[in-house]
Amino acid sequence: MESKPHNENWPLWEVFIRARQGLDHKHAGSLYAADARMAVENARDVYTRRNEGISIWVVESKYIHASNPSESDSFYDPATDKVYRHPSFYNLPDELKNI
Amino acid sequence: MSAREQEIFDQKIEEEIRIEPKDWMPDDYRKMLIRQMSQHAHSEIVGMLPEGNWITRAPSLRRKATLIAKVQDEAGHGLYLYSATETLGITREETIEQLHSGKAKYSSIFNYPTLTWADIGAIGWLVDGAAIMNQVPLCRASYGPYARAMIRICKEESFHQRQGFEILLVLSRGNEAQKAMCQDAINRWWWPSLMMFGPNDDASPNSQRSMQWKIKRFSNDELRQKFVDVCVEQVKTLEMSLPDPKIKWNEETGHYEFGEINWDEFYEVLKGNGPCNRERIEARKKAHAEGAWVREAAAAYASKNKYSSNTIPHGIQTA
Repeated sequence: MESKPHNENWPLWEVFIRARQGLDHKHAGSLYAADARMAVENARDVYTRRNEGISIWVVESKYIHASNPSESDSFYDPATDKVYRHPSFYNLPDELKNI
Repeated sequence: MSAREQEIFDQKIEEEIRIEPKDWMPDDYRKMLIRQMSQHAHSEIVGMLPEGNWITRAPSLRRKATLIAKVQDEAGHGLYLYSATETLGITREETIEQLHSGKAKYSSIFNYPTLTWADIGAIGWLVDGAAIMNQVPLCRASYGPYARAMIRICKEESFHQRQGFEILLVLSRGNEAQKAMCQDAINRWWWPSLMMFGPNDDASPNSQRSMQWKIKRFSNDELRQKFVDVCVEQVKTLEMSLPDPKIKWNEETGHYEFGEINWDEFYEVLKGNGPCNRERIEARKKAHAEGAWVREAAAAYASKNKYSSNTIPHGIQTA
């Protein structure tokens, strides 16, 4: 039996896992699956075999949009010259406490 | 390629900043990673075959459950590595096609047969032990997705080695026949395990490049020596021996000396003439072909649901 390559039919999914209550979902990896249910179940089998998670998100990779690393310099430029956003920028006397 | 891009890349390597998929990288770096990572992925997948051979014949329920869990881990490791490889711009189909056509290699160790139950112990102790020795430094590989996959894999691999050693330990405390089986498995797996580290440094031209790019951190011979030093001590706990009369402590170097590896055998197996090369690839192709209807059925089911009013599959919620 000759099959079509499976990722022509099965989309790629990104997997995010919450390790414990109170933590963020964190990117764990990616996998191919026919639909969301299969993606969640396969993510469970691949990424949480040793209790690594209590909640799984999956999203089709094509819906993730990314910034361009080659434009990093200009893209993040507005943040580099604003040291006054950091608390250490402000000169206060040493005797001042609890601030 | 612009000189500026090359300069940025070199600087990142120099400063131990990981290279990520969308970053510019030299073509040869990309090619080397695709080759190494896909072969690594194939090894995980083909590595399930010699062990799968013993799942139905494991001597107890405990051993059977453990072996299933281990083989399931290998499948997971294959997936982490295939996914990481795909970030370099090669598709899953291409990598799998390269395995099936013989264009891509996998670790030669899996072309040896698992003749007795003790082989499952020897694979865990020696083969996974050698793999761990190779893999731990790869957790610091310069390519981010590879390093991250390796961290996950190394966390899981330690159980594999311990369960293997436990199998051998139980056999080594058993009756004469069990002891003999244990020693026989060690005898057969020792040399192929040493070959897993690859050719000697002077015969391994890719190694140097790989170390410059900080994919590899230690040379083949360095890692092999480390492995020998560890195993010579561990085999004492088993009250067994390693099949090499030349193993001898060297006071000066602080390492164990060992005999010459049979490189003819290594290259023969690599060329496809090992005991199980044909069988392994045939088994892979068969599994892939026989799984085709499952992949198609799942795709058809998903596509049918896409056009129905309720697009959220049963049992799944929106985040």
